[in-house]
Amino acid sequence: MTISFTVNGQDRSVDVDPDTPLLWVLRDELRLTGTKFGCGIAQCGACTVYLNGMTRRSCVTPISMVEGSDVTTIEGLSGPEAEAVQAAWTAIDVPQCGYCQSGQVMSATALLQQNGAPTDEDIDNAMAGNICRCATYVRIRQAIHDAAKTLEG
Amino acid sequence: MTRLMMPVALSVVLAFPAAAQDLRAPSEFESIADPSERSAAIFEEMGKVLTHPRCLNCHPKGDSPTQGDDMHPHMPPVVRGAADFGAPGMTCNTCHGPENYETVGVGGIESVPGHEPWSLAPVEMAWTDMSLGEICAQLKDPERNGDRTMDEIHDHMANDGLVGWGWDPGEGRTPAPGSQQLFGQLTRAWIDTGAACPG
Repeated sequence: MTISFTVNGQDRSVDVDPDTPLLWVLRDELRLTGTKFGCGIAQCGACTVYLNGMTRRSCVTPISMVEGSDVTTIEGLSGPEAEAVQAAWTAIDVPQCGYCQSGQVMSATALLQQNGAPTDEDIDNAMAGNICRCATYVRIRQAIHDAAKTLEG
Repeated sequence: MTRLMMPVALSVVLAFPAAAQDLRAPSEFESIADPSERSAAIFEEMGKVLTHPRCLNCHPKGDSPTQGDDMHPHMPPVVRGAADFGAPGMTCNTCHGPENYETVGVGGIESVPGHEPWSLAPVEMAWTDMSLGEICAQLKDPERNGDRTMDEIHDHMANDGLVGWGWDPGEGRTPAPGSQQLFGQLTRAWIDTGAACPG
């Protein structure tokens, strides 16, 4: 079955089983390997992408659901919030092993796109679905606050 | 693809199937002569559905849903949010799609439930920790039933798609007893007999 959609602004078509997870298509068909497989059951957040601008766990997203949609992956993440997050992440060396970080950055950027001045509680609520096995949660929270401050101007 | 498993303690709890329950038809209550008693008895039968985990999990009195047949706290932790649709950055549709989806991973979650729309019931429609009589009174109160008439309550029970998901909940979940059609018939019979509440 041919499914057509955009990924990071580019038109793409794939011929795969309609039940194939979007994550499989991104990594195996389109070779966009920045998005990670962690659990396959929407429990860890490593596979987070945007589907039509909203966060979406790509491991539990059948490709049939993506027909005609706009997908954004870590490779195509852009805009002031994304730049602020990336700068804040780098400034305090948020990642340790780094495996979960593309998902963390996708969720953090989505939060700041909707809430420019999140509280600790706002951050916890938005990021609770992104697990970090290195437990970098304190730095993640700090970096989101730092990014928010830079966005204030 | 190499399926890497993150060595983290994912708090996934296996769902334990509840004992299957049958749902009786309105005709089975015709032997109760008093209309009010018959109405209350019919509502108690409806209660098998209303208090089933498929319904209660998303009718919580607090700010977070539960999940599974054992109604454990939702994992990952999620909050109700201003629109009963989760927090900015992690709304319900981050994980829940327009239909149930069997997972490819391991860890006890056979499918992620889905429906369009998917959200929590408003907090004024909370059912957890309430008696059947209290749920009954709530259903009849426009202040707490979404300003619905009784006909609209019937329509909600008999035809709403998200209500109907309770009988088609995906792999790993016990369906609500009976069928939505039968539940709708019970609701109609309850209303037509005076919509009495259990004591």
